[in-house]
Amino acid sequence: MASKFINITLKIWRQKNSNAKGALETYSLNNVSTDSSFLEMLDQLNEQLINEKQSPITFDHDCREGICGMCSLYINGRAHGPDSGNTTCQLHMRKFKDGDTIYVEPWRSRAFPIIKDLMVDRSAFDRIQQAGGFVSVNTSGRTMDANAIPIAKADADKAFQAAACIGCGACVASCKNGSAMLFVGAKVSQYALLPQGKVEATDRVLNMVRQMDEEGFGNCTNTGACEIECPKGISIENIARMNREFLKGALTKA
Amino acid sequence: MSKLNSKIPEGSIADKWTNHKNHMKLVAPNNRPKIDVIVVGTGLAGASAAASLGEMGYNVKAFCFQDSPRRAHSIAAQGGINAAKNYQNDGDSVYRLFYDTIKGGDYRAREANVHRLAEVSGNIIDQCVAQGVPFAREYGGLLDNRSFGGTQVQRTFYAAGQTGQQLLLGAYSALSRQIGLGRVKMYHRHEMMDLVKIDGKARGIIARNLVTGELERHSAHAVVIASGGYGNVYFLSTNAMGSNVSAAWKVHKRGALFANPCFVQIHPTCVPVHGTNQSKLTLMSESLRNSGRIWVPKKKEDAEAIRAGQLKPTQITEEERDYFLERRYPAFGNLVPRDVASRAAKERCDAGCGIEANDTNEGVYLDFSSEIKNKGKQAAYALGDHEPTEERMIELGKKWIEEKYGNLFQMYQKITDENPYETPMKIYPAVHYTMGGVWVDYNLQSTIEGCFVTGEANFSEHGANRLGASALMQGLADGYFVAPYTVSDYLSNEIRTGKISTDGPEFEAAENEVKESIDRFLNNNGSKSVDHFHKRLGLIMWNKVGMARNEQGLKAAIEEIGLLREEFYKDVYVPGSSDEMNPELEKVMRVADLIELGQLMAVDALHREESCGGHFREEHQDAEGETLRDDKNFKYVAAWEYQGSDSKQSTLHKEELNYEFIKIADRNYK
Repeated sequence: MASKFINITLKIWRQKNSNAKGALETYSLNNVSTDSSFLEMLDQLNEQLINEKQSPITFDHDCREGICGMCSLYINGRAHGPDSGNTTCQLHMRKFKDGDTIYVEPWRSRAFPIIKDLMVDRSAFDRIQQAGGFVSVNTSGRTMDANAIPIAKADADKAFQAAACIGCGACVASCKNGSAMLFVGAKVSQYALLPQGKVEATDRVLNMVRQMDEEGFGNCTNTGACEIECPKGISIENIARMNREFLKGALTKA
Repeated sequence: MSKLNSKIPEGSIADKWTNHKNHMKLVAPNNRPKIDVIVVGTGLAGASAAASLGEMGYNVKAFCFQDSPRRAHSIAAQGGINAAKNYQNDGDSVYRLFYDTIKGGDYRAREANVHRLAEVSGNIIDQCVAQGVPFAREYGGLLDNRSFGGTQVQRTFYAAGQTGQQLLLGAYSALSRQIGLGRVKMYHRHEMMDLVKIDGKARGIIARNLVTGELERHSAHAVVIASGGYGNVYFLSTNAMGSNVSAAWKVHKRGALFANPCFVQIHPTCVPVHGTNQSKLTLMSESLRNSGRIWVPKKKEDAEAIRAGQLKPTQITEEERDYFLERRYPAFGNLVPRDVASRAAKERCDAGCGIEANDTNEGVYLDFSSEIKNKGKQAAYALGDHEPTEERMIELGKKWIEEKYGNLFQMYQKITDENPYETPMKIYPAVHYTMGGVWVDYNLQSTIEGCFVTGEANFSEHGANRLGASALMQGLADGYFVAPYTVSDYLSNEIRTGKISTDGPEFEAAENEVKESIDRFLNNNGSKSVDHFHKRLGLIMWNKVGMARNEQGLKAAIEEIGLLREEFYKDVYVPGSSDEMNPELEKVMRVADLIELGQLMAVDALHREESCGGHFREEHQDAEGETLRDDKNFKYVAAWEYQGSDSKQSTLHKEELNYEFIKIADRNYK
């Protein structure tokens, strides 16, 4: 890890609160280690701003290892920045050059209102989950033995790949329609592929899709931007599976 | 001393929990909706407790500081969860899991609690599978297992390197269901600022809405704290940036004792530090030690050449490598417990054989080349190719590795820009987990009536060292299978209490105290950022209360932290106001608590004149550098009582540990 240091210019979206008008502000930052993560670069900028008694930039972040899904950011026009298969916290400054100007914006989606600066409200995802993203099984020490139902490895693996979604919202932010169908499709698929999830499959897909629509997310037109920008490589096959489940559910329920 | 009644039930170890459950008092279903329960934290311990209590019919309010309960740091746990299922038919049993955990904890955990944990471990797997958690499976469709440190059986269930994620999303889905049904009210982006006590009982909390800055009063008949561990006292750790001790510390300040604060787990396999702007460290799962071999060059000159970039690890021949764990601990090899592996890595780096070219030259290799060939050969055989070429073996072996550990290899590559399929990983120990925490009795109740503490936030099951894949087990055991019973038992006396008002003087006083402390920081007009102080605290902790401790260093740390605290209150600068989203304000409140805790950790480490588990006192080691425990004088839980912000004044209470069912012995992994 031979580190280099670069100087950069940042154009960052600042917005005091959800009602205020926002604007891009310009900042210069020198001596950024190329081994730093993008968020460590923002820490460095914030330290500089605090020392100058200016207001630091508010952004969401927590685990900083690409799994909690809390970090976001539209960087140079791409969700989670120019690298692929990573979250913003896993993006490193070695992807940028000395003298670069970097644009940093929040997720842009009607269903994700801005709280402050780069921080948005993604609670719509929680409400979709609450509408049906579960198996209705209570806690008990009396469920059947974990090995009572064998599950084909291929199905278990596919369910796992869908379940790897971190709920960051990059799919919504990247979609020209602001659609949440990759997120919802992944959750529907995880359960649809497992015998434990099949019992409630119909109600689940109908309820989750209804809530998704109520939250103001757009529809899917098969552009595939979500799959490209998804940090976890969730496949749009999951959207197709959700559509099949939905159709099946809508027809049998009617 | 009367304060510490562990309330361990009578009877033989295997019957204690069953008998206890049979004699607990119950709350009838029609009374449960009249009773309020607060759960702080939505990780494995919190989400599972909130979901289960909601299912039972209690009126639950759950709090998390993140933007969604699904973000809690349990999500980052990688390797797996232990359970005594014995699906692999390799001699596992409830007793053996119990025994391994007590031994792994270096005989500093409570027998009855640990046995209960082992008893319910199997139920956890059943429950999670029923919820749709996609564990890894074998081709026959049954669940797969792997090994973790400190055990000689395969009892760890996993989902690639994302087991914590899958288990947390399972608990989150159960919690979401209860939120949807209106039985749990979720308060996200809310932080607990204080515990409110009325007549000695926990009766509610003061919370801050982090978006609006508003202080809120919430009352309840019982409060469950599931707020995680305090590894961030070191600034650099594998914890999430927001992980903090504040909820637990507020409870401590209100009278709950804090136990064994110096028991900290330094995890052997993390990505080494790269520079001064680093904000956190990243773990590489212990499960990798199933497949990776840890080594450094035998010769110092080779290590120097590697650090200077003149030699590559792949150029060091087999004979010139020192697989130091296999050499020192042949019975367990690379799968010794974490504290043992960490100290061994430090020993080699202190001897000059570290391979990382950073300020401290600290790093060792974790090498997958042998495993890639072995697994590649097996895979080729399975495909009918009994004479595979070297290239074919490596190709198939890499595929096998990708399936087992793909996300970890990708994470490593993103951070370091090196490809671990081609060159060994560089790793070094880092702070990961804290065994200490709020003292609780067998019912997980703290010394404050009605205040329960679960998961990493309490001190109970792991003694002086936690075994890998046991944290997930404890979090879910507490939340799904222990707290719902013990909290109900407590609540059976509350059915006549009625709604608790938040207008009383206790709520008023607590809210005013919070307000005053917020205002003090905002009006401080200091000159240095919160991070400035947090980093300085972290350095003192890592250098003097870290992997190796001694009397002189600990005494110095206690004084230095005291001075740092004074300077912090005088000179910290917090921008912004209290009525807005203000992350710097959140941080300053947390760091204030971490400073007090850090000092208490040093006090505790100084008083414990022995080496055990993660607590290594240089004065107490044998000729080979192994820990020397002192069972005659220190076979107890050290539980500290708060006496003000200067933790030197804290008073010590002892809970003697009795081993009736396990013969206490030297902890030997050789």
